[in-house]
Amino acid sequence: MTPLLEIADLHVRIGSSHILQGVGFAVAPQGVTAVLGRNGAGKTTTLKAVLGIVPKTGTVRLDGEEIGGLPTHAIVRRGLGYAPEDRNVFAGLTVTENLRLAERGRGPHRYDLVYEMFPELRQRGAQRAGTLSGGQQQMVAIGRTLLNDNRMLLVDEPTKGLAPKIVTEVADVLERAAREVPILLVEQNLALVRRIADHVVVIEQGIVVHTGEADSLLSDPDLTRELLGVA
Amino acid sequence: MLLALTGLGLGALYFLIASGLSLIFGLADVLNFAHGLFLAVGAYGTWWSSAHLGLGFVPAVVFGVVAGTATAVLVEMLLIRPLYRRTIEQVLVTVGLSLAGVALLQAGFGADPLTFPRPEWATGTTRVLGAIVPNDRFLLIGAAVVVLVAIQVFLRRTRFGLIVRAGVEDRTMVTALGINVRTAFTLVFAIGGAAAALAGALAGVYFGNVSPGQGTSLLIFAFIVVVIGGMGSVTGSAVAAVLVGLVQQFTSFYAAAGVGEASVVLLLAVVLLARPGGLAGRSA
Repeated sequence: MTPLLEIADLHVRIGSSHILQGVGFAVAPQGVTAVLGRNGAGKTTTLKAVLGIVPKTGTVRLDGEEIGGLPTHAIVRRGLGYAPEDRNVFAGLTVTENLRLAERGRGPHRYDLVYEMFPELRQRGAQRAGTLSGGQQQMVAIGRTLLNDNRMLLVDEPTKGLAPKIVTEVADVLERAAREVPILLVEQNLALVRRIADHVVVIEQGIVVHTGEADSLLSDPDLTRELLGVA
Repeated sequence: MLLALTGLGLGALYFLIASGLSLIFGLADVLNFAHGLFLAVGAYGTWWSSAHLGLGFVPAVVFGVVAGTATAVLVEMLLIRPLYRRTIEQVLVTVGLSLAGVALLQAGFGADPLTFPRPEWATGTTRVLGAIVPNDRFLLIGAAVVVLVAIQVFLRRTRFGLIVRAGVEDRTMVTALGINVRTAFTLVFAIGGAAAALAGALAGVYFGNVSPGQGTSLLIFAFIVVVIGGMGSVTGSAVAAVLVGLVQQFTSFYAAAGVGEASVVLLLAVVLLARPGGLAGRSA
């Protein structure tokens, strides 16, 4: 299967820290590929480097096209939707304004899909996003990525800090979204990864140390403990 | 009443300058010390088109505003754009441009103040609650209100306004939504340049003359207004401008001329101690 996203020899240096030290992996054109690793391994930085949010060297190919040298907005316009680690909703804007801002091109924009998955966003359309709960802000963050006809979603720790009930809801949404668009997911919650991920990439200290099927890693407690420090 | 309306008129001038400064800093993180140049271009453009092209007051002001806006766009595109994220270089360039602008204006128009073309109705007075108030105060206040409403409509009702408001909060996330925020940078420079150029023309009416250093001296108070109002907040700038104008006017009248300026600095210190982020914090 030809990969949709190919990353090779990705280096990121911030100040004196060499955070990514030649990261390389491929993302399948369907399903969920989870990027795993201990805190500070370079998972979030990898997503940001793909999107050009942090300065980098190396190559990033989307469907064969080199996009590594493009500015962030141009990379995103190639069809990458991004839900960042801390949601980064615009606190002073309403829910509706947050969604409107994410509209790209002339559409159609898939408000029906977003409101079907997150009916609460319709009800809270006039509410300032800064007054939403963490779970509701995550709905806005994921909703923004679903609004456009993206070729891939980059989702960074979507369940971080959320209540268990909300985690289940987010997992349901990602599982459903993954049927339509491939997802590159950074996640620490192994239960979620076990449930929705098809492939895994493990990063340790800025280097990829494992790639493969999610099942084969997560069904092997010794390997999971060795690579992730947990079973 | 005269003091209050004069203070409000002065506050209106400060707001016209500060609104653009605030938007530019809020969105693009640029401390634009060349903003006084846009004001001076507006003032001299108005004076020149009136004196040499024979334009009436309103067309002359339009000419000055167009010249100020064009200058702001050119400055952003040619000098600021290559220096985004390079704060020290930005400060050096905008300070240098401000000094060079004053020198150029002196070379072109002389160092002495030039008598500004004032429309007949602006030289008259109106009696308000027993006080005789020069009409130019109403012109300044009216213009500031129109600009405030226009900027708010732009920010609340247009997609570019939405981008500016979001960009003031989190510029990186705006680009991560696929939006080229640099276009919005140029737009806020244009808006800021237009408002400053209008302030230049109206400052000419208020003071009765125009001089090369006028923009620089008004800019100092505009910066104070921006800091008191909250960097990036147009509404905060409006409130702060009214406060600064009134405090300056009343203290100048009841104490001494220099005390007015000192009291504004004192007001700045008090606000920063009580609310370090300014009155409105960081939101457009």
